[in-house]
Amino acid sequence: MAKRIVSFTLNGKAHDGVVPDNTLLLDYLREGLGLTGTKTGCDGGECGACTVLVEGRAQLSCLTLVGQVAGKAVETVEGLSHNGRLSDVQEGFHMKLGAQCGACTPGFVMAAEALLRCNHRPDDDDIREALGSNICRCTGYIKILDAVHHAAARRRGEEPAPYPPLPDRVAGHVA
Amino acid sequence: MNEQVKPVDTAAVEPVRSIGEYVPMVDGPEKVSGAARYTADFVEGKALEAAILRSPYAHAEVLEVDTSEAEAMPGVRAVVTGADCDKTFGVLPIARGEYPLARDRVRYKGEPVAAVAADDIHIAKAALKKIGLKVRELPAYYRCRDAYAEGAVDLHEHRPGNLERDVFFELGDVDDAFAGADLVMERKFHAAEVCQAQMEMHSALVSYDPLRDRLTCQCSTQVPYYVHLMLAKVTGMDQGRIRVIKPHVGGGFGARTETLQPELIAALLARKIGGAVRLLTTREETFITHRGRPETDLRLKIGMTKDGRIAGVELENDQRGGAHSSYGIVTILYAGSLLYAIYDLQNVRYIGRRVLTNTPPCGAFRGHGTVNTRFVFESLLDEMAEALGLDPIEVRRRNFLEAPTFTQNDLMINSYGLPECIDWVERASGWKEKRANGLPDPGPGKKKGIGFAASHYISGASKPVNWTGEPHATVNLKLDWDGAITVLTGAAEIGQGSSTLVAQITADVLGLPIDRIRVIASDSEVTPKDNGSYSSRVTFYVGNATLEAATNLRKILVEAAARKLEADPEDVEVLGEYYRAGSQDTGIPFQEVVMEALRDTGTITTKGIYNTIPESWGGKKYRGAAIGGTMGFSYAAQAVEVTVDEITGEVTVDDVWVAHDCGKALNRLTVEGQIEGSVWMGMGQALSEETGFYNGLNLANNLLDYRIPTIQDSPPIHTHIVESNDPHGPYGAKEAGEGSLSSFIPAVANAIHDATGIRFADTPITPDKVFLALEKAARFGAKKRAA
Repeated sequence: MAKRIVSFTLNGKAHDGVVPDNTLLLDYLREGLGLTGTKTGCDGGECGACTVLVEGRAQLSCLTLVGQVAGKAVETVEGLSHNGRLSDVQEGFHMKLGAQCGACTPGFVMAAEALLRCNHRPDDDDIREALGSNICRCTGYIKILDAVHHAAARRRGEEPAPYPPLPDRVAGHVA
Repeated sequence: MNEQVKPVDTAAVEPVRSIGEYVPMVDGPEKVSGAARYTADFVEGKALEAAILRSPYAHAEVLEVDTSEAEAMPGVRAVVTGADCDKTFGVLPIARGEYPLARDRVRYKGEPVAAVAADDIHIAKAALKKIGLKVRELPAYYRCRDAYAEGAVDLHEHRPGNLERDVFFELGDVDDAFAGADLVMERKFHAAEVCQAQMEMHSALVSYDPLRDRLTCQCSTQVPYYVHLMLAKVTGMDQGRIRVIKPHVGGGFGARTETLQPELIAALLARKIGGAVRLLTTREETFITHRGRPETDLRLKIGMTKDGRIAGVELENDQRGGAHSSYGIVTILYAGSLLYAIYDLQNVRYIGRRVLTNTPPCGAFRGHGTVNTRFVFESLLDEMAEALGLDPIEVRRRNFLEAPTFTQNDLMINSYGLPECIDWVERASGWKEKRANGLPDPGPGKKKGIGFAASHYISGASKPVNWTGEPHATVNLKLDWDGAITVLTGAAEIGQGSSTLVAQITADVLGLPIDRIRVIASDSEVTPKDNGSYSSRVTFYVGNATLEAATNLRKILVEAAARKLEADPEDVEVLGEYYRAGSQDTGIPFQEVVMEALRDTGTITTKGIYNTIPESWGGKKYRGAAIGGTMGFSYAAQAVEVTVDEITGEVTVDDVWVAHDCGKALNRLTVEGQIEGSVWMGMGQALSEETGFYNGLNLANNLLDYRIPTIQDSPPIHTHIVESNDPHGPYGAKEAGEGSLSSFIPAVANAIHDATGIRFADTPITPDKVFLALEKAARFGAKKRAA
């Protein structure tokens, strides 16, 4: 298999890679570069777990050849957090339990990131449309909606919705 | 040198409490940032890549597996076949008949036959094509009745008639009960096979060190201990030379509550090459590995008095178990025993057949054993309520149990929150008004309806699969000079929050913030053995063991503080970061207490164990009556509102109201997440999911054809937590992660009936079935049963 040098921007840094022609972006990120935050969840184009951003738009890295991103900006889930701090979307998924097992989470986080870059005030329908090609098997999506609303509030500079009030506390067990 | 610390006003210090609050998961940051590593993410190092050759035949005698050409290929390092391992595996000690690689026979399309380890995955896959497989084909059976028909070839010699297990029991006098009932109805039902389809595909990374004769396995499992046992069994190695590590796991839902072939085959390859092998299955292979919920044919007969009391029940069901045992014996027993423990039943006859067929083996899927039983039971209750002119919710009320009690089949019930669950659902859903006045008109060509159902589930099987005499759960805590507290637990975190649970309980007992606690989970070299994450056992059993370990640590710290404060231990107040003797005392900081506690003894480790009580072990009234025994049952009720499109047959779920009695919500965030996930997973089985086979070939072996609801198909879910405070649960807690699944299915079927007048007895209730039933009803002008 012929190899060539492919240059693109990866998480904000210039990257030159020597890549066989038929290499999928997903495999290159994971196996070639060790960026295993991007997940494999299916045999191609079924689940959305491998979603990355290409030029700011959500794209399935399992259906993308590395050659197709030459000269473009690619972002993965690892590129969202800076200085050890979670991004607003990541914080939303953590705080509101948008992630249970976490295997679909990077894909959802990236798809939500793409949405919030063009819509700071998404309603439930906007979110459902933007995340419609990602499958989660744990949450029933309820808390994923909460997570994206949390992140959108942060992006607007507002305080995200707090947790619901607790019922009357039952006295603790500890003697 | 310690600097002089300014005295703190301990009157203002309070212990930190998180039990009962909304607590994000302790491993959440890793998951959302991409740092969490699952088995497939260990990409560095020198592991060979492996691939599995799978049988294209549904049933055949294996005459020859010729690997010579594959072995000669450059880059191929090892090939294994059935000839490399004559040991069988399986989860139940009484049903371990499966080979890691088929030997004399293949019994389903996709059964592993050989495997290759090579320098890269492309070479491995190319080598598979060079393996010659010679067989003599045998008759294959894809339906229960064909498999146990007279003259059928036995799949396994030790299972004549292809019956994995037939179960019969009768408690009370069922015929008498039917004779005395005011209404007796009998209906047939069918539930399609469904698959867990957890997001992380099965994977294993196994390395073998021939110098030290040690094997290390990392794999996607819910049960590292069972994997450990089976690795020892199939490799023939001393179990003390094996280490099993469970990295992050991308969901389970029962698919991984037993050892699967990927980890065993990777181990055989690693042993053969004396190195490391990574085996990543595809999504198609993950479907074929299966262990999902079996296709089930059911016949249910209920006798009822005119005031809605259940007089007698007869359930007969056939489960298409697939080609190997797996959990089959347990599944068919659960389907009968868990008729009980939700309503007061006194006359029950159960006939169950678990059948071996030439399809991938079924196993334990969320709601194990109860789901299809509950679907038919709650559907027929609805129909009988209608026939008697009673409110379906009222019928449930007339059959309530009263806790504490034992059921007729000896299941122990100490807390019973079903009445509260039902009350909330009735109120929140506007049930009475909607049933009395009808739902708003959804417009032309559409109809709306609302349906109701209830369900329950066990909090851990009281008797573990492997009965060894050890406690059901063991947890260790370590406290050292640095003041850090580490929880060591074998409990398998699979996304359900077990690591958060143990951290939370430990922190709560010590009054410390949760981020003071570190959790190390599921590494057999470090953590105590745990039976694993299945049957909703972790909160109850591991939670109680953690509570005991933390309470033991607290006692040591209180005694140390008492020495330091020259006070009686009874007078020491634990404020988390401070300990003091009485409110006048200025107190001493946690770190000083730690150093006093460590004086002369060094690092402190405490232990907590949990054992189920014999009363919870179920009975002996029939063979297998222990199955169903648990320390506590969860209860759930839900109302589902739907819109049915009469032109397309599409059912849209508009709203769900669900209440779940989990005893006590230790963490409301994760409990809600579990309930929502259960309800939603029930929706998949009810409306769209089906594996489907054609001549034994899995038709829906990808996430497009296997129709998991997307976010666009998924309704809002209004969740309410009921806390019945079980006397044995940790802080009163019971299970939260399974019980709400099974009531969705009958609730939506009942809602569709409410909308259309048609009763659907066949899941999934897909648009084509609805469309055809509506056509038929329109043509014959009568409200008929579908299917």
